[in-house]
This record gives sequence, structure tokens and C-alpha cells, in this order.
Amino acid sequence: MKPSLPWHEGIRAPGEPWVWFTAVGLTAGLVMIVGLLGLVLVQGLKAFWPRRVVEITLRADSPHLFRGSRVLAGERVHERQKSSPTPEKAAAGADLREWQLFLGNKDVYGLAFRYVDVAEIEQVRQPSGLLRFERTEYGPLFAFPVALESPGAEPLPATHPAFLPTLRQRLAEADQRRREIRRLEKKEIGELNRQLEKLQVQLRTLEARQEAGQDIARELAAIQNLRTRLEADYERLAARARELRSAQERDRLVCRLPTGEEHRVPLGRLLSFYAPNDLGWAGRLQVFGARLWEFLSEEPREANTEGGIFPAIFGTFVMTVLMSMAVTPLGVVAALYLREYARQGWLTRAVRIAVNNLAGVPSIVFGVFGLGFFVYLMGGQIDRWFFAERLPTPTFGTGGLLWASLTLALMTVPVVIVATEEALAAVPRSTREGSLACGASQWQTIQRVVLPAAAPGVLTGLILAMARGAGEVAPLMLVGVVKLAPELPINTTYPYIHLDQKFMHLGFHIYDLGFQSPDSDAAQPMVFATTLFLLALVVVLNLTAITLRNHLRRKYASAAF
Amino acid sequence: MNLLTLSPYRHAMDKDPPQVTDRPAATPAVRMHSAADTAAAASTGSPDPRLIEIEHFDFFYGPQQVLFDVNLQIPERHVTALIGPSGCGKTTLLRSINRMNDLIEGIHHRGDIKIRGRSIFDPHLEVIALRKRIGMVFQKSNPFPKSIFENVVYPLRVAGVRQRALLEEVAERSLRAAALWDEVKDRLHTSALGLSGGQQQRLCIARAIANQPEILLMDEPCSALDPVATARIEELILELKREFTIVIVTHNMQQAARISDFTAFFYLGRLVETGPTQKIFTCPKHKQTEDYVTGRFG
Repeated sequence: MKPSLPWHEGIRAPGEPWVWFTAVGLTAGLVMIVGLLGLVLVQGLKAFWPRRVVEITLRADSPHLFRGSRVLAGERVHERQKSSPTPEKAAAGADLREWQLFLGNKDVYGLAFRYVDVAEIEQVRQPSGLLRFERTEYGPLFAFPVALESPGAEPLPATHPAFLPTLRQRLAEADQRRREIRRLEKKEIGELNRQLEKLQVQLRTLEARQEAGQDIARELAAIQNLRTRLEADYERLAARARELRSAQERDRLVCRLPTGEEHRVPLGRLLSFYAPNDLGWAGRLQVFGARLWEFLSEEPREANTEGGIFPAIFGTFVMTVLMSMAVTPLGVVAALYLREYARQGWLTRAVRIAVNNLAGVPSIVFGVFGLGFFVYLMGGQIDRWFFAERLPTPTFGTGGLLWASLTLALMTVPVVIVATEEALAAVPRSTREGSLACGASQWQTIQRVVLPAAAPGVLTGLILAMARGAGEVAPLMLVGVVKLAPELPINTTYPYIHLDQKFMHLGFHIYDLGFQSPDSDAAQPMVFATTLFLLALVVVLNLTAITLRNHLRRKYASAAF
Repeated sequence: MNLLTLSPYRHAMDKDPPQVTDRPAATPAVRMHSAADTAAAASTGSPDPRLIEIEHFDFFYGPQQVLFDVNLQIPERHVTALIGPSGCGKTTLLRSINRMNDLIEGIHHRGDIKIRGRSIFDPHLEVIALRKRIGMVFQKSNPFPKSIFENVVYPLRVAGVRQRALLEEVAERSLRAAALWDEVKDRLHTSALGLSGGQQQRLCIARAIANQPEILLMDEPCSALDPVATARIEELILELKREFTIVIVTHNMQQAARISDFTAFFYLGRLVETGPTQKIFTCPKHKQTEDYVTGRFG
């Protein structure tokens, strides 16, 4: 008998192949995560990259002329095989591809996307001189500029060297006016409305006093007086806004659509433009940066399918911060009692199991609870006590920032409790004894020694809670998130932080764009971009907490963590 | 020179004792003696030979008895070593003196431990007040995750002392007394966890004496240290016994012989023999003691 060679033993070592099995499991997980992140990143950033616009000339015999024209232009969004080719074409081995084109010009064409059979295309080119305009409504406009019309002046033809600078300048002026209108309507008229509303409330209390038999004539006169003055102010502001609006419609751009039709657009409806086919690499990068910035800093337009997501980013951020502020003290205090003070027995075990199970309750259940308990019960009570004069209009008795944060805090509190308990348990017994031997009370020991040593572990729990809370959508739909909020939850109007206000949220924004939007094809790039920034926001919040945790770890560098 | 009488901290505490909870007005009969008494007693120069009296002390962890009828007197301002094989109950006895065993569930005791004639198990005595008067050094150094300075002044901080100058003075004096000052004076505000093992243990000693306790309990303070660090700590103990009453648990016979004035030998939960160290090591009365100190068993 030959003794078996050593490598045989190595291979037969019990359980060794399982190493490979576990490695495969990890690899599969990593591939999925990297794939998901990669897809979101690429698709999200692609939404901002300026595409070339192709002009397609169909064959003369094509049965699918577009508005009677053989020529149409748009961005090529994607290419696919026709799903149901006619049998004779399939047999002939003809080109079965079709392109999806984004044509823009929705106000003229009535649709923004169209499929074109590749087999029917005679010629494809990238026309120079075509401009892509962002507009306040109806999505982008693809057109060749012809002239700039102003009432009482010669039209400025596009061939004139001063055409593009003039257009830019006029657009800047229009933008100025748009901001002015917005300021008038939102701030000044809004302020007047608030004052009028206050007067209304005063009137109502006066009426109540009148019914009680008191003389209110003098106050009534004062209020009527004030009201007349406010209404006059309102008229003045409204007239100014009307004037600005008509100025927005005064200058017009005459342009030729790719299909050959002539079209006139008031400059007030145009936001910005670029020439997609004439841009070099640097120019496209510049447009990319500008569009990215616009997306991050602007408010949404047109049922959220255009414009930016700033209010949603801000809403998500504020809500997550408020949630953290609520969940951390609550979770830490609960964990402290459970671990440090409560006598360990069947009751604490039961509580611990209950807390762990709470973490597994579906989030929509928390949403329903938040609606019933926070919004209707607590909010309703607050309204009856403090905002009675505004009823039946609810103030806190409807979903809002505060209730949404508290609902999410309730949902994530088990995570913080479990993490804190583990961190407390990891503080060595000798450290506690050292403190007690110095004559410290148990609370002093917890406060001065145990909690600082456990702080990194508590922060780990908070990071997990934030990651879960920031991305949650279902409960928020019930307790305060809306598709479009008129104001940010923190603004310059007293009392600056509006806890009762409804707000926008990135997660809900994704749902709304992708699945509630009238034009889901147009919204698709926005869905990816919004997803990208939701992930980015969660990453940023987590990185902040991780940095803080590492700082604490360095400060309290101890063997426990 | 006596630190107890000269310490301004003592007087500050007398005037304004924020955490002293021994209820002098309510129960004067059972009141622990005040700091002024200590100072008076210490300044007389005649050490109390029975500072700590342990009388018929039995101790149980649940149903299991670990100490049997221990009777022991520990004299003031001397070093008393508790020796014996592992599991003989010496650490339990040491931890009973400042009632650290209270933290463990399911313990009870019989008999009594008195400090200056007052029972430490008196229900009117606050255990926090007791522990303020007794410093403790543990087997494994246990600095807090704080700066060196904050570690040393921790007993004062929990007693509510706020005056910066006083804290700084106490920190310097304690660190000097623990022979650590020269090594750490330039980095008082860096983390204590960056010190070496021996330095950490000396820091724990500085912390234990910062509050000017009367008694210093040491539970095998050198067992985790190398010989050089051990030698430093031993020197320190000899230094400290001029001010403090020291009770030390040790496994190291040579160490007990070098530093202690009195030795108590425990075996299986019983106090076998006690007496001046020289006597225990040269002519013990009991065979067990002789076997143990000469290394024949244990």
C-alpha cells in the first residue's frame, strides 16, 4: 500500500468545498449590489448628458409619414427589435429594428415619443444649427431658429451675428421677470393672504362676541378698514404681476420645426437652450453640469417630470434629521433602563423579544398607526387646544413633517434599542466597577463612563435607523408626504421651521414619477436620477454619522469596539 | 507632613459636601466619622491598630458559602497582605470591605465589617459615602475612556467639585504620589488608553488616591505587569503606606514578604493564620501556612 499523498488529504479535508460555496454566495451578493448601483449611477447620470439630435428622412414610399412630412428629428432613446413583424417582412429577412425617438415639441405634435422603423429610413444626419430649448411647459422644443420678433421693431433674423447673444440676453430678462412674478405671488401676495386670513379669524371671534350681546361696531369698522387697505394692496400687486406676465408674452421666437412647420413661441416660456449637434466635448460637459445643477437646485415643473428635485432632497434631509433627533434619545434611554436598571428576568426578556419583533413589523402598519395616533388623536387634540380658531381647517390634525418624523422614529426605535443594548453590554464590567469604586452613583457611572464608551455603538444603531428611515415611503404617504409642496418645511416665514407642513420626499418622488406620471417615458430618466440622489443622500447622511463615530472611537479608543 | 491635614480639598469638602450622604442630622449615632475626625486621628501619629475589624464574617454566593467565620483586624497606615491559593475567598473579602459585591445578584453575608467601629452594613450608611473613603485598585487596570487628567480627577468630579485650580492641584499631587507625573505631565489631556500597562495601573492608583481615601484596597495590582513595572508599583506601595491603610491581595509570596507589614493566609474560605509578615514567613504556626509560603503547594 502506498501512503496517500499529502495533497489528497488536503482535498479531502472535511467541509473544504464549502469554502467555495460560501465564496459563491458572497460573490453573487456583491455582483447584484454592484450591478444595481452601477445601473442607477449610469442611468441616473445619463439623464443629464446632452444627446445628439438626429434628423431622419423617411423613404418616399414609407406608409408612416409624420404629420405629412418625411423628415423628423429627435433624440434616439433606444433601439429594439419589433415585437410583432408582419409575416412577409419577417420572411424576407428585412431589418426588423425600430428606434424610439424623443421628438419633443409636445404642444405641436401632441406626443413626445415615436417609434420609427429602421427599414423605412432613407437618411440619418445630425443637423447643425438645431437648438434644444427647455420650456416652462410641454417639455423641450427642438427647432431651427428663424428670427426674433419684438412688437414695433424689425424682426432680428437668425443669420444676424447678434442673434444668439440677443436671444440669451432676452431669455435672461425673461428669467428675471419670472422670478419677480414668483416673488410677488408667493411672498407678497402670500403675506397679504396670511393677514387677510388673520382678519377672518378675528372677525369670527368678533361674531361670537356679537352673539353674546357685546357691541363690536368699533372693532368691526377697524377690521373692515384694514381689510379694504389690504385688498387695495392686493389689487396693486396683482396688477403688477399681470403687467409682468404680459411682458413675458411680448417677444417671440420664430422658429422652424424639423418637420418644416413654422412656429412662434413667446420668450417668457423658454428657459434655456443649447445646440446639441454643435457642442464639442467640453461644451457637452458644461451642459451636463448645468443640467445636473438645475436638477439639484430647482423646483420641479410640469407634474414633477421636468425641473429639479430640490424640495424633495431638502424634505428628505429635514425629515431624517428630525427622526434621528427623536429616535436617539428615546432608544438610548429605553435601552439604558432595559440593560442597566431593570432587574433581568422573564419580563425584561419578554420586552426584549417584543422590541426585536417590532423591528419586523411592516412599515405600512406604522404608517397606519401614525395616522391614527399621531395625526388624528394627538394632532386633533393639539388643534382643539391651540388652533381652535382655525378649525375646521386642520393645522396639526393632518399629516405633516413632525408626525412623519415621529412615525419613522417609532419604526426605527427597535434598531437603536438593540444596538445600544449591545454597545452597553460590551462596556467591560471592570470599567463600571472602577467608577463605582470611586464613589460614583450608578447614574454617574452610566452618564460619565458607560455612555461615552458605548457612544460609537449607539451611532452604529443610528446609522442603521437613518438608512432605513430615509428610504421609507409607504408610511410617509399616510402621514405627511405630498407630490408637490408649495413651500419648504424650513423657510424665512415665521416660525421658520414648519413642523405642521406637508413636505416632499425623494422616495415618494420616485414612486410618483415612475408610476403616477402621465408620461412615464419622459419621466424615466428622472426616476433614475432621483434614485441616484436618494442613494447619494443616504450615503452622505451615513458618512456623516460614520465620521462622527470614528471621531468618537479615536477619542474613546477602547478595546470594546 | 501630612496630606490629610494640609489638603485644601478636605476643607472645601467640609464646608460644602455636595455628595456626602451619611445624613448627619437624621442619625447622628450611626454617622460615619467626618473628614475632620480622620484628619485629627491621622495627625495624632498613633495609628489605630483596629481600623478595619472583620467579625465572624460569612459570605455566600447564592447557596454556596465562600467565606467561613473570618475574624481579622487591619491596622491603620500599614500594609496588610491577603494571601492564599486561588478561590480561597481573599478577593471576595477585599471586595466586601467597600461593598463592591453588592453588584452581584444573589449574595448575602453574616457577621460584620466595621471601619473605625462603625458597621459598613448599617442600613443608614450610603454605600457611595463608604466608597468615597475607600480607594480600590483592580487586578486589571481599568482606566476610563477619558483623558489622563479626567481619569485622575474622576472621584472629585463625581463628588461635584468644579474648581479648576483645585482639580489641577489634586491631579498633580495624585500623579506625583503615583510616580506618574513626570511621564505624563506633557500629555495630561490625551487619552488614558494610550498609556502602557504599567502606566495605566499607576494611573488607576492615582485615581484611587485622588479623593484622599483612608483605605486603599488593591486586588493583585501587579498580576498583569512585567517585573520592572511591578517593582515601581511596589516602591509606590511602600511610599503610600505612610498616608494610607493598604489591604493588598497577592499571589506573589515574595511580593507579600517585601511590601507587607501583616499577612493573612486564607485557605478554602477560612482564615488560617494571621500575624506580622516576618513571623508568617519565618515561623508560621500552621503546617498549611508553612507549606504555602514555602511553595510546597498552591
